[in-house]
Amino acid sequence: MDTYYDPEDLAKFPEAGKDAPEITQKFFEYYQAVFAEGELSEREKALIALAVAHAVQCPYCIDAYTRASLEKGATPGEMAEAVHVAVAIRGGASLVHGVQMQNVVEKISL
Amino acid sequence: MSEAVTVEPFASVLRRHGLELTRGETTTLQVNVGRLCNQACRHCHLEAGPGRPEVMGPETMDRVVRFAARAGFSAVDVTGGAPELVPGILDLLAALRPHTPRLILRSNLTALRERGPEFWGRLRDLGVVIVTSFPSVSRAQTDAQRGAGVWEQSLDMLRRLNELGYGVEGTGLELDLVSNPAGAFLPPDQCRAEERFRRDLARRWGIAFSHLYTFANVPLGRYRCWLEESGNLAGYLEKLAQAFNPATVGGLMCRTQLSVAWDGVLYDCDFHLAAGLPLGGRPRHVSECEGPPPAGTPVAVADHCYACTAGSGFT
Repeated sequence: MDTYYDPEDLAKFPEAGKDAPEITQKFFEYYQAVFAEGELSEREKALIALAVAHAVQCPYCIDAYTRASLEKGATPGEMAEAVHVAVAIRGGASLVHGVQMQNVVEKISL
Repeated sequence: MSEAVTVEPFASVLRRHGLELTRGETTTLQVNVGRLCNQACRHCHLEAGPGRPEVMGPETMDRVVRFAARAGFSAVDVTGGAPELVPGILDLLAALRPHTPRLILRSNLTALRERGPEFWGRLRDLGVVIVTSFPSVSRAQTDAQRGAGVWEQSLDMLRRLNELGYGVEGTGLELDLVSNPAGAFLPPDQCRAEERFRRDLARRWGIAFSHLYTFANVPLGRYRCWLEESGNLAGYLEKLAQAFNPATVGGLMCRTQLSVAWDGVLYDCDFHLAAGLPLGGRPRHVSECEGPPPAGTPVAVADHCYACTAGSGFT
């Protein structure tokens, strides 16, 4: 294996839990239910998944939910905005920790 | 180097599901008046475009009208290419009008826009249903599929059609949109997409329409070339095959529709026309037929048929 990530492995997702089949089965049932049309549309859920995929930087998920977003009718513009939501939350999460830095600075400074 | 493509033959998957593809009552005549078009869309299964010489001449038009009169179809669906650009198209539509309750013109909007108000008025007066290509509410996706500037011109033409009453509730003038994906992926659910298009087109551009149809792209012609060149052919064919839905077979359009090409030769559908698979396995001219094939006649199948059976199907 030349790399830790192989695009072919995405299709093997259902096999990932084969050594614990009962728990895995429950996971996939839950997973399917999560992405079914509900209060949020399938398109909206695919866009949320796309944003989260970028936040957790999962290449399998980015591949899968880019395709899923398009097939649920999302436009490239909507997908780009979803990625920016992930970027903003990640960046904001870093920035807001600056408050902790300031607290420490204030505590130990004259 | 071309990709290795290994999907189960369509005929085999039908057998495996215990299905046969045969004709029901043929109620629709599709008339393909030629490959001439002002666009060269990247998903076009017919490789239509500017300068294509294949157009239906007046003699074949006359034979088609006579056939429609003999057979009495519930709908006649005129397509291309861009039918608006074919000489004598209005005469053909006017001649077909008395022979069918539902007369459809497939338009690409930019060609229709070029023809001007007099042409649009004639369509309205003839009560022609306009079915038009409008792939996406995204400018980028639309222009990527159909050419730079098509998005703006299409919106402008839709507004003009609305001004004429097309797509406006209560006028009886039907304006339908067709959305094909802008890439190697399947279309969204038709109902959801229609809701989305209706909301976005009304809110952002003040445009109304009657119905939206979402169809998978058929891996033939220019689209197949693009799939090959971009390394997407094997993946797309696998995706179509994996999405085979046996429940779609009973409602496939080829069971109730007959397609006649610009040269008068008959086909089960426009995709078989593109693939060169004539009705019954040999070229038959429309003038040779008293009526459509009887119910129970086998429909030819090929691997591109997977595009019509994927998901909720092409009906």
